[in-house]
Amino acid sequence: MLGYLIQQTVNALTIGAIYALIALGYTMVYGVLRMINFAHGEMFMLGAYAAFFLLAMSIGDIGGAGAIVLTAVFFAGVLLVGLVGVGIERVAYKPLRNSSRLAPMLSSLGVSLTLVTGVQILAGPQPIGFPSFFPTTRYEVLGGSITSMQIDILIAAFVLMFGLSFLVNRSRIGVIVRAVSESRPTAQLLGINVNGAISMVFFAGPLLGAAGGILYASYYGIMSPTMGTVVGLKAFTAAILGGIGSIPGAMLGAFILAFVEVAGTALLPILTNGVLGTEYRDVLAFAILILVLLVRPAGILGETVSEESIVYKREF
Amino acid sequence: MSVTGTLYQARPRSSRVLSFLLLGLAVALIAATPFLPNYHVRVINSLLIYILLGIGLNIVIGYAGLLDLGFVAFYAVGAYSYALLASPQLGLHLPFLLILAVAAMLGALTGILLGIPVLRLRGDYLAIVTLGFGEIIRIIVNNLDWLTGGPKGIARLDKASFAGIEMARPIEIFWLLLVTVVVVGTVVWRLERSILGKGWAAIREDQDAARGIGINTTNAKLAAFATSATIGSIAGVIFAASQRFVSPESFTLQESILIVLVIVIGGIGNILGIVVGAAILILLPEVLRQFAEWRILFLGLLMIFLIIVRPGGIVPRSFGPDKLIRGLFGK
Repeated sequence: MLGYLIQQTVNALTIGAIYALIALGYTMVYGVLRMINFAHGEMFMLGAYAAFFLLAMSIGDIGGAGAIVLTAVFFAGVLLVGLVGVGIERVAYKPLRNSSRLAPMLSSLGVSLTLVTGVQILAGPQPIGFPSFFPTTRYEVLGGSITSMQIDILIAAFVLMFGLSFLVNRSRIGVIVRAVSESRPTAQLLGINVNGAISMVFFAGPLLGAAGGILYASYYGIMSPTMGTVVGLKAFTAAILGGIGSIPGAMLGAFILAFVEVAGTALLPILTNGVLGTEYRDVLAFAILILVLLVRPAGILGETVSEESIVYKREF
Repeated sequence: MSVTGTLYQARPRSSRVLSFLLLGLAVALIAATPFLPNYHVRVINSLLIYILLGIGLNIVIGYAGLLDLGFVAFYAVGAYSYALLASPQLGLHLPFLLILAVAAMLGALTGILLGIPVLRLRGDYLAIVTLGFGEIIRIIVNNLDWLTGGPKGIARLDKASFAGIEMARPIEIFWLLLVTVVVVGTVVWRLERSILGKGWAAIREDQDAARGIGINTTNAKLAAFATSATIGSIAGVIFAASQRFVSPESFTLQESILIVLVIVIGGIGNILGIVVGAAILILLPEVLRQFAEWRILFLGLLMIFLIIVRPGGIVPRSFGPDKLIRGLFGK
């Protein structure tokens, strides 16, 4: 029983760490631009595809690459997606910065649609097997089993999250990003490079999302053009659960969501006598989302949500 | 009003000619439909379904300025209402009009229940909650095999009949759809002009100011959401009656996004724009048959392009039903 608990806890931590990496992108973009970036789930998907094709290009054979090549491909992949993120912001969101709140969201929906179909056309719509980026030694702990891959994923995710926390809380770039997130007009008046800060967010967010994508595809051994939709939605739920705009909130929300999901998957069939099976796992995540909005719309660590004024400057 | 009035008088001819041209085109198309082969009538029927869906979703997106990404959930509510109440699945065979009424109420009820937790908050969250709700409905329909037939769906639905007239052939469905689109379109257009519609416009432009002048924003948003859900559900009933088969495949997230595309491409907040948007969406793959997979890519890029360059869509908002009517009747 203890072994089973440990095993499930590690499962939840692994998935939670991946959700957290993606949730950070949503929350940071919301923090600086007050927009929901529907294309962010696609950054997660692009991360996996970029790594896969970089690996295929660098050594021709995607199996049996050495640790150095894999590490290099990992970093090249996430940096590439980070640059793609900056490019997308420049082309699709920046021109809309002074228009209605609906416009950038609709634009991001268009970007999402374009990226998913683009990948479907280039790489085929069917799922592709993904090479493992980490060794998969199995450990027995008190009767439960844990793989070394889970531990590696946890380490990689935590290093990235601490890197981001350091950047945001301790560095000069972080001060700039936080200032813009607090109030864009004030930051601009103080002479802060607002565009630079926004570009920074659109570099870091997709980078972390792409890292999440590579870890996720390694963990399940598979990737597909539509993998970003549901996982992105859950990561967004995590961001709201923790308090949108809050970086520690996004991480906390992601782990809570993952624990509820793992526990729900294990307990749902037992509690409901088999009426509700494991296929209702995704329903659980969205039910939590609606519950949070009913009970505590600001999220766990979020500031009190005031009904913000929606300023529409153009048509619609 | 006087300002726009002078503008109209400044260029009355062009808008008048255009109005008559459009009316003539519509009449010619409707008159020709009975003589077209079944395949073409089916294409026109799916065009009309998208127009109906577009009109419904446009209330939320175009009038109230909120984003709904789970509109197919209401479409599914309607379709499955018909499938369950008029098929051997549960052994029920209720009349078409009764099911239409039940489904409309069910759609409104679902919309209100989903809207209550969300709409008192910021509008942004509506997008994500409706997205999740759409997925929930799809997963439930997919897994509730004893009721919905699961992924296999429900087949052998009854033929729709109304006052003794059976409606099953494509051309009969066409008339049913045409009447529904005209009736729903007119009601929604009048609604936009009503005090409620002006409330929606106020919320869209500035929610705080709307509240400041005494509009109950939560109720007005709920009304928009429920009306839109009702229309989605009605479209679902007719869709099920025309296919006489329903399965979860018709109610995917992509379908929801396509309906948003119809609105954004044609013209946000403009019923005439929706007709154009739906026509582009439906006729494009018919014309470019060999480039099937490029269609969505093209539409996605077109959407980004239009939002940046021409946020009102292809049809300008100023050319709405009002201008058409004024062009036709000179007032």
